Amino acid sequence: MPETRYTHTAIALHWLMALLLIALFSLGLYMSDLPVSPQKLKLYSWHKWAGVSAFLLVLLRLAWRIGHRPPDLPAAMPGWQKTAAQGLHHLLYLLMIAIPLSGWLMSSAKGFQTVYFGIIPLPDLLQKNKELGELLELVHSSLNFTLAGLVVAHIAAALKHHLLDRDEVLARMLPFLTRNR
Amino acid sequence: MTPFRILLGTLAVAVAGSAGAAEYGQFQADKSTLTFVSKQMGVPIDGRFRKFAVSVAFDPARPTAASARLDLDLASIDAGSKDADDEVVGKPWLHVKVFPTATFVSSAVRPLGGDKYELAGKLTIKGKSQDLTAPFTFRQDGGNGVFDGAFILKRLDFAVGDGVWSDVSTVANEVQIKFHIVAAPAAVRK
Ligand code: HEM
Repeated sequence: MPETRYTHTAIALHWLMALLLIALFSLGLYMSDLPVSPQKLKLYSWHKWAGVSAFLLVLLRLAWRIGHRPPDLPAAMPGWQKTAAQGLHHLLYLLMIAIPLSGWLMSSAKGFQTVYFGIIPLPDLLQKNKELGELLELVHSSLNFTLAGLVVAHIAAALKHHLLDRDEVLARMLPFLTRNR
Repeated sequence: MTPFRILLGTLAVAVAGSAGAAEYGQFQADKSTLTFVSKQMGVPIDGRFRKFAVSVAFDPARPTAASARLDLDLASIDAGSKDADDEVVGKPWLHVKVFPTATFVSSAVRPLGGDKYELAGKLTIKGKSQDLTAPFTFRQDGGNGVFDGAFILKRLDFAVGDGVWSDVSTVANEVQIKFHIVAAPAAVRK
């Protein structure tokens, strides 16, 4: 019998990353507008550390995903919707990788090495270069706003499944909800 | 100086130079650097000063007679980023409006053996003076004298970064300063 729910691990990773990404996104917006202060320097560091953690988590998540096929989408779903859902999920994975990478490269280009939790120095893949640093800042924030837009679509689709189609798509990613059909 | 004494001096330098000794006294600004590494949240950040003047008199044959003076234009700081540059000239940090220059005036030079020496003197930043000793090496390179040294400066000794910034868990108290000073022989005019 094919699996109808996501594994506990997949569910845990999904919601952990959702929380982390929302926190990172809000913190990123908030911190970059602050005037220079010790508080700002701390927030930047925490943002970087949390961002690197998100990167490690997405790698773990991808590894798990490769070993564990997600449950099939409901048979009643039109083909184009299945394609759209899968395409959107792939884009989300791509951005979850590209965003922390762009942040790390931006920091290097701006001349700030990333030292994970102030302990583990990550290599600087780029030399200090002001113009490149500014370009990467733009890349980092554009990718973020793209992600935010896609996440809104992702949530809207999940709610449509739950409230309009009344299928099990949302429930099977929730740790506490099952929908009996 | 009479022409005769200049000639004599030039000869002396030429002779001494060929013997590997001369007094080095003409600061070469374009070949010299004054850099530093500060630490922010555990992350080392490179900085430098673009404008400074050094007057130096150093004869490796008579190192204890040497003297040096540094006049550092603090506004010429490059602290690693535009944000940092704008911040660090302000009142809590260097307060360059009131204290535009930092100075170092040597009091003694002590040979430590080989090409190693120790420089002692008084460093004044932001109106505060502190005794300072720093080890350095000297070598001759292409007719010039090259002095390389490094020391740790504690920024709070000079009230650099006071107020909220005196929390050293964000910006460390220790700043590593590195100098690379090049001087041409004193008596040779170009
Ligand atoms: C999935 C992980 C991440 C998310 C969701 C995220 C999100 C954000 C957001 C929304 C902003 C504000 C963009 C703007 O409005 O300009 C931002 C800024 C920033 N992020 Fe990230 N980020 C992540 C990972 C990282 C990583 C790993 C680093 C560095 C190692 C990093 C470094 C930065 C920096 C330095 C800024 C400030 C740019 C500036 O204004 O100077 N980020 N981030």
